Amino acid sequence: MAKTHVMTTINGEPVEFLCDTRQTLLDVLRDELGLTGSKEGCGSGDCGACSVMVDGRLVCACLVLGVEAEGGDVETIEGMADGEKLDPLQQKFLENAALQCGICTPGILIAAKALLAKNPDPSETEVRYWLAGNLCRCTGYDKIIRSVLEVAADAKGA
Amino acid sequence: MATVILSTDLARAHTDGETNFEVEAATMRSLVRMLNERFPGLGPALGEGMAVAIDGQIYHDFFLEEIGPDSEVCFLPAIEGG
Amino acid sequence: MAADGGNGYRWIGKRTIRPDGVDKVTGRANFGADFALPDMLVGKVLRSPYPHARIVSIDTSKAEALDGVKAIVTAADFPEITPENATFGSSPPNYRDMSRNLMARGKVLYDGHVLAAVAAVDSAAAIAAIGLIAVEYEILPHVTDVVAAMRPDAPLLHDDIFTAGAGPKPEKPSNVAKKVAFKLGDIEAGFAEADVIVEREYRTEGIHQAYIEPHAVVASAGADGQVTIWCSSQGHFMVRQYCAGLLGINIADIRVTAAEIGGGFGGKTTVYLEPVAVALSRKAGRPVKMVMSRNEVFRGTGPTSGAAISVRIGAKRDGRIVAATAELKLMAGAFPGAPIQPACMCAFTAYDIPNVEITGYDIVVNRPKTTAYRAPGAPISAYGVESALDELAQKLDIEPLALRERNAARQGTRTAYGPTLGVVGFEETLQAAREHPHFKSSLGPNQGRGIASGFWFNVGGESSSNVHVNEDGTITITSGSPDIGGSRASLVIMAAEVLGIDVDRVRAVIGDTASVGFNRHTGGSRVTFATGMTVVQAAEDIVVALRKRAALTWDIDVEAVIWEDGEARPAGDNAGKFEALTLRDIASQTPKTGGPIGARRSIMAQNPGAAFATHICDVEVDRETGQVKILRYTAVQDAGRAIHPGYVEGQIQGGVVQGIGWALNEEYIYGDDGCLQNAGFLDYRIPVASDLPMIEAVIVEVPNPSHPYGVRGVGEVPIVPPMAAVANAIHDAVGLRLTDLPMSPPKVLAAFDSES
Repeated sequence: MAKTHVMTTINGEPVEFLCDTRQTLLDVLRDELGLTGSKEGCGSGDCGACSVMVDGRLVCACLVLGVEAEGGDVETIEGMADGEKLDPLQQKFLENAALQCGICTPGILIAAKALLAKNPDPSETEVRYWLAGNLCRCTGYDKIIRSVLEVAADAKGA
Repeated sequence: MATVILSTDLARAHTDGETNFEVEAATMRSLVRMLNERFPGLGPALGEGMAVAIDGQIYHDFFLEEIGPDSEVCFLPAIEGG
Repeated sequence: MAADGGNGYRWIGKRTIRPDGVDKVTGRANFGADFALPDMLVGKVLRSPYPHARIVSIDTSKAEALDGVKAIVTAADFPEITPENATFGSSPPNYRDMSRNLMARGKVLYDGHVLAAVAAVDSAAAIAAIGLIAVEYEILPHVTDVVAAMRPDAPLLHDDIFTAGAGPKPEKPSNVAKKVAFKLGDIEAGFAEADVIVEREYRTEGIHQAYIEPHAVVASAGADGQVTIWCSSQGHFMVRQYCAGLLGINIADIRVTAAEIGGGFGGKTTVYLEPVAVALSRKAGRPVKMVMSRNEVFRGTGPTSGAAISVRIGAKRDGRIVAATAELKLMAGAFPGAPIQPACMCAFTAYDIPNVEITGYDIVVNRPKTTAYRAPGAPISAYGVESALDELAQKLDIEPLALRERNAARQGTRTAYGPTLGVVGFEETLQAAREHPHFKSSLGPNQGRGIASGFWFNVGGESSSNVHVNEDGTITITSGSPDIGGSRASLVIMAAEVLGIDVDRVRAVIGDTASVGFNRHTGGSRVTFATGMTVVQAAEDIVVALRKRAALTWDIDVEAVIWEDGEARPAGDNAGKFEALTLRDIASQTPKTGGPIGARRSIMAQNPGAAFATHICDVEVDRETGQVKILRYTAVQDAGRAIHPGYVEGQIQGGVVQGIGWALNEEYIYGDDGCLQNAGFLDYRIPVASDLPMIEAVIVEVPNPSHPYGVRGVGEVPIVPPMAAVANAIHDAVGLRLTDLPMSPPKVLAAFDSES
């Protein structure tokens, strides 16, 4: 089967790639573009480890086809920090020990950032329900939720 | 005289159910040897998946350990974690 | 720079940033599936759709002919391991069972059992090839229930299993692989003395560790038979050893690099894909990458046992427990090896009971072979025991916490498995629970509070580390323990503490199997204890070396040199007046004072400190939907000494939430056809963020005398109490005693219905 040529923007940079129409955006990011920061935990949209932003919308990359990225704007974990300058969420996660094995962390950071962009002062309940689509098996979510709330509070106070 | 306590299962399989023994030995190696002389077959069984508690302290790798004159030596299954 | 963290230490107990943290929050860290080699093939496996069948024939010819297929393997490509050679070395796994588990030989024994594997140029070709492998099965009757598997007429999985440990060898084979027993005192006399007796049966289901990262490996076999493997595993030395044993390769010919690991919890303490990938790579002459899908993880890798439990406890009117028995029937999956020993041994260890009898059965069923899961076996027996204690407390009209206080085990208490307990902190956890504001807070309608406690031995074992002083005075630690919870943070803290330097000048890496001495796998809550000990010892060796170099430089006796606050100083005025030499100073001069400074320690860490925990759980039960909501949870645990409190809290919180999932939602669901119905995260429901409140982790410190800083393992005991804590809370809330896990809404509603 002939491959499709796709042109898109990833983390602000123009990118082009060839992919099979059956490949998901997650497959493309990881296998064609070497952007392995987004993880596959389930391949069926249940775990959120592959969370990315497509055209400003939080999605599971395993539920989006690679060809759907055509002409779009994709943001992944690799674009979250600005060189050596970490995003406040990334920094807070480190300070609060809000990660253990770290496999869910990229997806959770992307999702949390999307939340704060939409709702800069969420309640604990709102944070929990927003992140309900991101599974974590190591932390019990406690320090993750605290970190998101603290970043929101810091931004409010600043 | 060291007091030896065998696990229930080892006792049932090798010593007719008797779990407690007195053994005169200064090292674990000689203690095991003596138990094996008394109950042939017990020696190899003690080397398979067993740990030892000498006066309450647990050792997995125990053949080189020394025993005091009044020590209590318990054989127990070695545990792996997850 | 003499900083005191407030506890007398500079770094121990401080919440430092873990050294590997930035890579994890930026997506740079490489997990098992993130690695690739040039010219790499993709491997996929064929899994049985039947729970029990004889393999009549496997025809791979059509698959081999497919374009892009480079190698196919079946059991024929693995050496056949005879029963006589099944185990070698001391305390080993059963290689024969392991081999037949990762590549079926003669029979398939569970839905998901692997019988062939393919390596092809890409995923699509590999999957297509799998579809072209023609297998003729002779379907056999199956059994997935543990009690049903014990019946004499049950379908037989293996004709060479004769129950071990049950007296004389039985005449006929059965599915009961092993029976174990632990006895203390005189159980009949004990019960005769009891004023009040509680007797109850319980059932639990198979539960998966449910790590978010599926198993992944890249294996590359050279033409000379040497193999390199990249995989995420809890033990890369274990991977090396098992691949060597299963494939007949010299250990020195295999080199394994541990990738970052996305969760294990015991589930990655064995091999599934690695030997298969090596076999494919050898045949194809190219590297092979294999990654499991989520469906494969559930169907093909070890969950922990489901069980049938019965508990009987007798006490005097004043609350003293005089006799206790438990019978535990655990499912092993397709091959023997359920964690019956620890399940039995942990059952009553938190309590000082003079007469105890515990019996355990290891039973094979047509399900994937069980693997360790966080304190293997202990949560299962604790569910029964801690629930029964709650009933006993009600019958005696004594507060559940008081019942535990009255019978608490302490140093010197005789366990049912033989030895007495060493220095332990169980009573301290009970006290901290009683004093916690949670304990006295008020509850509303349909809300209830449950208490439960737990015990886990923790494990020591082999660890090896190398610690080196770099030319600029920074320190590199090379250990061999894959980091599943942030242990590198603790190793760095301990080294910095001993050396008296800034934590940012110490880095910890995990060496491959050729770069550091043997390490037992990461598990059993052992790394901060055992690997930490090697790092402390090696750092102390380095301090001695640094003092010697200073002594040389000053031309005085080494006895006259002390190491303090990261510097060598003369011991007193008599030693002479010399300017202090920092680590950096000494490091830069090493070419003139004797060469590089480093230390290596390989130990068998003995006598780990046991861990106790006491949990308080508040729930609210919805009478209409049967949903149980966790309102508040406080977990008190004795950590010995918390090297990095943040990561200790994290272990506690994570273990508690896994226990909550086990209590309320998680279960393996098998149909009448013996196939797994919920092999995905949608229907195998682990707790999500919206299910939970904050989890308060309270660390109590009763130092472990066998560790230089008093460390006790912390990772496992937190999963032991939650199921009973939740069950007891439900009972307190609405008067339902639920004895069947998970306590999911349909079961709660059914219990309400049968009440009325």
